Amino acid sequence: MSTPADHSPPLNIAPADRPHRQDPGRFRALLAGLRQAPLSAWFGLVIVAVYVVVALFASVIAPYGEGQVVGSQFDPWTAQYLLGTDNLGRDTLSRLIYGARNTVGIAFLTTSLAFLIGGGAGLVAAVVGGWVDQALARLIDILMAVPQLIFALLLLTIFGASVTSLVSIIAVLDATRVFRLARAAGMNIAVMDYVEVARLRGEGLIWILSREVLPNILPPLVAEFGLRFCFVFLLISSLSFLGIGLQPPTADWGSMVRDNAILITYGDVTPLLPAAAIALLTVGVNFLVDWFLHETSGLDDET
Amino acid sequence: MGNIPKLIAKRLGLGIFVLWVVSLIIFLGVSLLPGDVATEILGQSALPETVAAFRHELGLDLPLHIRYVHWLGGLLKGDLGHSLANGRAVSQLIGERLGNTLFLAGVAACFSVPVSLLLGLLTALYRGSVFDRFTNAVTLTWISFPEFFVAYILIMFFSVQAGWFPSLSTMREGDSFTHSLYLVTLPALTLTLVVTAHMMRMTRAAIISVLGSPFIEMAKLKGIGQRRVIVWHALPNALAPIINVVVIDLAYLIVGVVVVEVVFVYPGLGQLMIDAVQRRDITVVQACSLIFAATYVLLNMFADVLAIATNPRLMYPK
Repeated sequence: MSTPADHSPPLNIAPADRPHRQDPGRFRALLAGLRQAPLSAWFGLVIVAVYVVVALFASVIAPYGEGQVVGSQFDPWTAQYLLGTDNLGRDTLSRLIYGARNTVGIAFLTTSLAFLIGGGAGLVAAVVGGWVDQALARLIDILMAVPQLIFALLLLTIFGASVTSLVSIIAVLDATRVFRLARAAGMNIAVMDYVEVARLRGEGLIWILSREVLPNILPPLVAEFGLRFCFVFLLISSLSFLGIGLQPPTADWGSMVRDNAILITYGDVTPLLPAAAIALLTVGVNFLVDWFLHETSGLDDET
Repeated sequence: MGNIPKLIAKRLGLGIFVLWVVSLIIFLGVSLLPGDVATEILGQSALPETVAAFRHELGLDLPLHIRYVHWLGGLLKGDLGHSLANGRAVSQLIGERLGNTLFLAGVAACFSVPVSLLLGLLTALYRGSVFDRFTNAVTLTWISFPEFFVAYILIMFFSVQAGWFPSLSTMREGDSFTHSLYLVTLPALTLTLVVTAHMMRMTRAAIISVLGSPFIEMAKLKGIGQRRVIVWHALPNALAPIINVVVIDLAYLIVGVVVVEVVFVYPGLGQLMIDAVQRRDITVVQACSLIFAATYVLLNMFADVLAIATNPRLMYPK
């Protein structure tokens, strides 16, 4: 596991000491690193930024409404409908733009929830140890033994496909992966002297977790967030593509591909655009994470 | 040699335990269903007597643990229950489709394993070169693609524009082997592309991480050539992680078929499961998830056992 070597905070024995939540130098170093970042990292950064802007301002950018039927079915690309219309006569470009909000937003929400659950449980397991740790770890091992997609399909059948069940099911399933990382990384920190000192000083569990452990394992967790986001995003898109993720009339990239796939057999690339949108964002995030990992861990696989 | 059988036995025991817990989860998950299966199928307007009779027919009026024992007993005898949607035996529905799915996954594995091992070895050998960087960038990009995107790109090029392969892989009974192989080319290629990227990257990483060990440095200091170091010193030690990656990716193949089967309308287990999920046909979903999960668990167990058996350090008793 990656051990944060270069930024362990000093022993702060006096409780009045300001904890080293975030070393200001580290952030500046990251900014400086950004200036020398490789092209791939810049590429990733620009893509992510564009997606965020489109998702936030979807209703301003989109020429038509999300579920608005504006023309006849499968209109070709024209000046009026830049990317044509879909199987119900809705503007494809507008659906694509709203899809950014729905698909990316829900994937982001799910990942955050997974980190809240998995990260929290993992840190508690690492710091508390003992039977709590053992019980949680064994439970997670068993949950992870079942492929995620299959588990998700089973649970979605049981609870029915709605946004709430989709988000909570995938968040819980994904939390198992986050738990593993948070626990492993937290273990390395939990044995440090300064955690022991905090314990002896009588600090509570929450204080130790948030002020002593969390700041030290932030870089691997942030990188993992990017990777988990990609995974969740692909999983939700696949489920929507299979017809059991986000339900119509919500504009969503996965179901857009499914609904208009028939056009591909006529040599029209329009149905591939939402799939390409999914792929592009994942590539962007992956590049960004790759660079971030490289920067923060100093890890280099070129030995 | 003494501790290898012990380790393997321990791992097998764990695998069986996990399988048992998985069956419990799948059973309990369905049993604790909010609402009632009988009402769900018969509709809200069904008469209470009808619902009660139907519950009795499904055995839902029995206590939970007895139902579980019945269900598990049936499973072990190959009886997977009946489909709630059309009343056919689930084992009959699954039978042929399971064969189709294994065929597709098998073809994909025959392509992807040799290619990715070779690519992984080559990129590790020539790491830092243009070839390595190019392969790295391509696979990193490729890994990020959703399966259906890859599938439709292939359909676009090889089926719509070139017209070489059919875009729908509808297999029929009695198709000859070569014809089946022809039908399955595009779905198998999709799976291969998706899995190869991951397998190749992991192989490369495994070999490179071994290359950092002191005994490799020793071998280099002795003046052994690069190629010999990789093949004779690094590879045997990287074998365990590589086998692990291969088997895990095979397990992934079995699961990854779900999306690909839907795209190509391939009559496999994945397609069956998706149809069942959409109809909320719970017995079929239960059976399919159990089969997928069991395959996955068994393959992972197999990977662990192989990793133990090929670990050079465990070959000699201390």
